[in-house]
Amino acid sequence: MTFPILSIIVFTPLVAGMLILLFPAERKTEVRVTALAAATFALFLSGWVYVQYLINNLTGYQFQEYVDWLPALGIGYHVGVDGMSTPLVLLTGVVMFTGVLISWGIEDRPREFFAFLFILAGGVFGVFVSLDLFQLFFFYEIAVFPMYLLIAIWGWVKTREYAAMKLTLYLFVGSVVSLVGALAMYWTSGMHTFDMLQLERAGFTPEFQRIWFLPVFLGFAVLGGIWPFHNWSPDGHVAAPTAVSMFHAGVLMKLGAFAALRVGIMLLPEGAKYWSWLIMAFAAIAVVYGAFIAFVQTDFKYMVGFSSVSHMGLVMLGFSTLNSQGLLGSGVQMFSHGVMTALFFAVVGMIYDRAHTREIPELGGMAKVMPFAAIGFIIGGLVSMGMPGFSGFVAEFPIFMGVWHVQPWVAIVASISIVITAAYIMRNIRDVFFRPMPEHLEGHIHDVNVLDKIAIVLLCLLMVGLGMIPSLMVPMVQSGVDNILRLLGGA
Amino acid sequence: MTAYNSTMILAILPEILLLVLGVLVLLFDVVWKGEKRRALGWLTAGGTALISIVTLLIGRPGEPQSVFGGMLRFDWLGFAFKQIFLLGAIATALFMMDIEKLSRRGQAYALLLTATLGMSLMASAADLVMLYLAIETTSIPLYVLAGFLLDDDRSAEAGFKYLLFGAMTSAVLLYGFSLLYGFTGTTSLTSFVGSLPLALGLVFLIVVGLGFKISAVPFHFWAPDTYEGSPTPVAGFLSTASKAAGFAVLLRLFLTAFPQFVEQWAAVLAVLATVTMTVGNLLALAQKNIKRLLAYSSIAHAGYILIGVVAASKLGVASVIFYLIAYLLTNLAAFGIAAAFGRAAGSDEIASYAGLSRRSPGLAFAMLVAFLSLAGMPPFGGFIAKVLVFTAAVETGWVWLAVVGVVNSIIGLYYYLTVLKVVYLYRMEGENEEQYPIPLTRPYALALTTLSIAILVIGVLFAPWFDSASLAALNLF
Repeated sequence: MTFPILSIIVFTPLVAGMLILLFPAERKTEVRVTALAAATFALFLSGWVYVQYLINNLTGYQFQEYVDWLPALGIGYHVGVDGMSTPLVLLTGVVMFTGVLISWGIEDRPREFFAFLFILAGGVFGVFVSLDLFQLFFFYEIAVFPMYLLIAIWGWVKTREYAAMKLTLYLFVGSVVSLVGALAMYWTSGMHTFDMLQLERAGFTPEFQRIWFLPVFLGFAVLGGIWPFHNWSPDGHVAAPTAVSMFHAGVLMKLGAFAALRVGIMLLPEGAKYWSWLIMAFAAIAVVYGAFIAFVQTDFKYMVGFSSVSHMGLVMLGFSTLNSQGLLGSGVQMFSHGVMTALFFAVVGMIYDRAHTREIPELGGMAKVMPFAAIGFIIGGLVSMGMPGFSGFVAEFPIFMGVWHVQPWVAIVASISIVITAAYIMRNIRDVFFRPMPEHLEGHIHDVNVLDKIAIVLLCLLMVGLGMIPSLMVPMVQSGVDNILRLLGGA
Repeated sequence: MTAYNSTMILAILPEILLLVLGVLVLLFDVVWKGEKRRALGWLTAGGTALISIVTLLIGRPGEPQSVFGGMLRFDWLGFAFKQIFLLGAIATALFMMDIEKLSRRGQAYALLLTATLGMSLMASAADLVMLYLAIETTSIPLYVLAGFLLDDDRSAEAGFKYLLFGAMTSAVLLYGFSLLYGFTGTTSLTSFVGSLPLALGLVFLIVVGLGFKISAVPFHFWAPDTYEGSPTPVAGFLSTASKAAGFAVLLRLFLTAFPQFVEQWAAVLAVLATVTMTVGNLLALAQKNIKRLLAYSSIAHAGYILIGVVAASKLGVASVIFYLIAYLLTNLAAFGIAAAFGRAAGSDEIASYAGLSRRSPGLAFAMLVAFLSLAGMPPFGGFIAKVLVFTAAVETGWVWLAVVGVVNSIIGLYYYLTVLKVVYLYRMEGENEEQYPIPLTRPYALALTTLSIAILVIGVLFAPWFDSASLAALNLF
């Protein structure tokens, strides 16, 4: 029996969340310290898994653990990570850690806030390490429902009730549609198991795959923000409190994309080939449309929200190529965008907390008083534009290469988004950070505190580090991609 | 008629012990005076728990066999259901302890125990006469309990309405039984041999009778009014144990008496399930009163459980039993919370739950657990229960029914979340919730904590429960 490190990663936030709930409500400091300790521990462990995977040049599913869960139905608790999921586990650790730092100042029921946030984080970890289809759903739903409470209770007063309900219903509909598909797979395979490593070899008929691929893939892709089911996402991002937006855009959307990949493409490869043109069309529309909508937003947070739709469109675009470059790019993009958007939302939250407005025309001159936040946002912006030297380039370049191989004109159309993204990011940097500060804000804005700085630095380091030394991640993701290509080729 | 032997005693061990306990309660009701009578609740709950433990230890069935001249079956199916009823009775007795005008009345506890006794017999009855007697033994105490608060008009109305509906459907059921006897020539439950139209006619009559017990649409009209008016713990008992008893009979009757017509009655029940789920959920959307909301939600849940019956497979029956266990824990918790809140706040309106998470974080969290479990969210019992019935449906080819169930669970999620929103998000007028705490007496704290933990445990470690349910299901095939 090896050390069950993945289980410990999954259960650390869940147990910590439960423990926090047992504290008396007025012990706010103790709650925060416990939360930080648990987040640090989870970050350390997920970093350790990542480093082990990297320095040992591992391939395939590692750190596996298996325990029978409901043997009568072939349900097992089976965890393990491969080159695709290891970066996402690290990403979750990072966002959880920085999310706790950024939310230090929450005064309204911090006990419940951190408890729900941690239950959410535990669910997310659980999905990324799941190798059992049932278990994946189990954790997927655990990751979805705390969102409702987090947004509805601590969110932006004006839209929180509407946005929270919309988001929850969208995601729940998506997941149950996928669930029916999963049950169909379970019975059709005749193998009496939910284990995905075995279902990969089930040999579903092409007809079956074509019928069930779309419900399964799209059901999960709803959470990945795929057009035309992206509608919940900007509303949700905007209404959510800062740490939840970070989690939501940074990690949860990857959850949808990842599950769509793992269950949709990897278990139903023939269906994926058949429908890849449709996924590509949806994704290309999302990329361009998201960028244009982001361009015309005057609300800072909505702008970031729609930019997420655009960037997640790139992930889906990479998936739809079903070739090596495209999938590699998507794998890296999931990590890169997660870090970047977490940083964006963190900075937006910091500015809103001080200026009490997110309207870009009413902001200005933030660079002088909050230089850290400004530098962070600029680095994030460069990542977002796909500048060489930053992680965004490492991710987006292969995606466009992969698309070019399949459909050159889609690559051309989608690349419009790069220009638009550059335009709105630079305009916002100018407006929010560098033009003179409006008079009514003068004197009311103070710099971010040290915890916020730690969070910003950590996130920036990851983006620059990955951009400068792509070999920190690319070979790992490549090993995961090779496995997917094997399934696609073998079917 | 053979002589009495130990197996026969074991077969009705829970019933014997329940009777003894009921007599004891009535005895102490006379002996104890005033405040001391509150201990009757502890006596009932503790005694029932003891009965449950004793039967688990020494009363387990072996190979299924008929006892008392074929009146009863002594098998795992009946055993599993009896444990479910006992659990329901324990929690209900605890919840009754602090309801004014109920808690210090020995008769209330005795009636509860009698109803439980009747349910136990329902679960193991293998003879039409026995079955009918068992159903009436269950129903009559429940009519009285529903209308127990005599000076409360709504409670009286609840009891009366329940009685009228119950009597009518019971008559239809009896008519069905008499026809079944007429065609088979025996009162014992055996496979019905006859033409299809005849079988369908009988199925229809029986569905009317049992549809009332499980509150399936269109036999559900009594449920919201009765739940709203009756004392809250009694409503909880009606919606869980009483419903489970209905399903116990439904399973045994249909799978024993009409196995060769399974396709036809499954189709009838599939329609019934669809209508029940949909109507229950849609009407729940508009409710302003928590007990009425839970009533419609319990109607919807009857629909989900029917999906498992429709599957009519081993997995289907096992999923029904599992669902009933999870549902019993969850819904008892929900009604317990409503009772605890209602007696402190004096209102059952959903709007009055505003600020609950500040007035009593513990109660609010218990409510979160119960409602998310009702909505079918992991890691709570309701999730795996729903997955199991849907799995059973897909296995036997009822994909469309599973899809209907899935769509309905989305509607369900909406109104459960709406209530949680009030609990966690809205505030009381004046925003001074801390000044209005909700005190939890010991029975409530004990029962709600146990139920919440049980909901979580059954939702995470579901294998042992499912294996027991599968073992019970085997007895029907």
